[in-house]
Amino acid sequence: MDETLLRRLTPAVIGILVRRGADFAAAEDAVQDSLVEAVRVWPGSPSQDPKGWLVTVAWRKFLDAARADTSRRHREVRVEVEPVPGPGEAVDDTLQLYFLCAHPSLTPASAVALTLRAVGGLTTRQIAQAYLVPEATMAQRISRAKRTISGVRFNQPGDVATVLRVLYLVFNEGYSGDVDLADEAIRLTRQLAVKTYHEEVAGLLALMLLHHARRPARTAPDGRLVPLAEQDRSLWNTRLIAEGVDVLQTALTRDRLGEFQAQAAIAALHADAQTAEETDWVQIVEWYDELVRLTDSPVARLNRAVAVGEADGPRAGLAALAGLDPALPRHAAAAAYLHERDGDPVTAARLYAEAARSAPSLPERDHLTRQAARLNARLRR
Amino acid sequence: MAKYLLLKHYRGAPASVNDVPMDRWTPEEVSAHMQYMRDFAARLEETGEFVDSQALSPEGTFVRYDGEGRPPVTDGPFAETKDLIAGWMVIDVESYERALELAGELSAAPGAGGKPIHEWLELRPFLTACPTITE
Repeated sequence: MDETLLRRLTPAVIGILVRRGADFAAAEDAVQDSLVEAVRVWPGSPSQDPKGWLVTVAWRKFLDAARADTSRRHREVRVEVEPVPGPGEAVDDTLQLYFLCAHPSLTPASAVALTLRAVGGLTTRQIAQAYLVPEATMAQRISRAKRTISGVRFNQPGDVATVLRVLYLVFNEGYSGDVDLADEAIRLTRQLAVKTYHEEVAGLLALMLLHHARRPARTAPDGRLVPLAEQDRSLWNTRLIAEGVDVLQTALTRDRLGEFQAQAAIAALHADAQTAEETDWVQIVEWYDELVRLTDSPVARLNRAVAVGEADGPRAGLAALAGLDPALPRHAAAAAYLHERDGDPVTAARLYAEAARSAPSLPERDHLTRQAARLNARLRR
Repeated sequence: MAKYLLLKHYRGAPASVNDVPMDRWTPEEVSAHMQYMRDFAARLEETGEFVDSQALSPEGTFVRYDGEGRPPVTDGPFAETKDLIAGWMVIDVESYERALELAGELSAAPGAGGKPIHEWLELRPFLTACPTITE
């Protein structure tokens, strides 16, 4: 049975139930139940019309739940819940679901969880595993999120930017489990790009594709982090790169630049270099200038300083770094790198060790410790 | 089965035998150490004795309640002498002897010069839920 197909149908089926009169929270629960049922039943007797099957089963589940709920609340008054004749079921509500699940009243973690369940069709258990929390905790997070947005009209137009932030988080902060969240984020962004054309949706999709293309080269077989300059570029996925570049170029021709397009452009320039030495750092710095202009983000300034160090030499990079807050994440690592290139291994080794102490992840800490060790070993000789 | 916590300290434990800070090892020695830790956890997963393992950042803060309507008080970071936990592994094993054996193995992880660190690990039994039959 094709689980991806099932998952792809999820938002459309929820949309149909909502149009028939179910409220979002109940519709979402009913569709989850129907997915579980499909996983159980389909291997034996696959459906010829998966979507129709899901709609029928989900609607029945919804009615059962509504009746149980109604009889609980009004034991004396028996209210029959009948299907509300809705508009044609050809209407696709997937886009509305993206907006709803990324509603600004939700915290980022709640929006991520709800999006993965209602738009992505993942089970609560899969989402819990992916974020390393107990299933009960994730179930609570999702039902609280549903309560938070219970007053929001389903067809209320939303802001694509909030949806993009949620998808970016899924891509960038996914952890583990049997679901590949990077793949899932790409699938959801691709689907969003089909439903609505927006330059930044394309920009984010391109950014994800270009980064995902490098994933096979990013970690050594022993789990070590391999920095961009040292990656075996023959491991990069050229098909994903070509697609990313294509998506990005189409977006850029529309001349409505945004931060994701700028980030994707930087990733594309890296992807374009056959060797690290061939990297067009001058253009990369120009894109960082755009990114800083668009976001005014200190993190973008920090990355820009490293790029300046490559384009105009380490002294220029250190000068660009000088104005930035040393408490910025990865500031010490960037400074260490630039000092080493500037021929000061003593300062670089000290800064690498400092960076390792404040590293936010184990692979980064190990990598930075190894850098400090490498310089110290050289200094002992 | 009984659960035990293997606690690793950044500082506060007695000095290990092969006591050299990690950034003074060679990069290969660092890699070998990481590999040993990964293999150790993988082996325990295979034997059905692994529960959890986490590493902690050395930067932490002490926090306490400061009364109604007031923000919590924070304190720290503290002087070098203070005990500082680096991470832990939780194991679920048949006996105390098995827990000791595994802690010993973990403490033998290679360090500078490729020689075992002989690091002091703290072994702490979990308090369990009350058994159904106590008499």
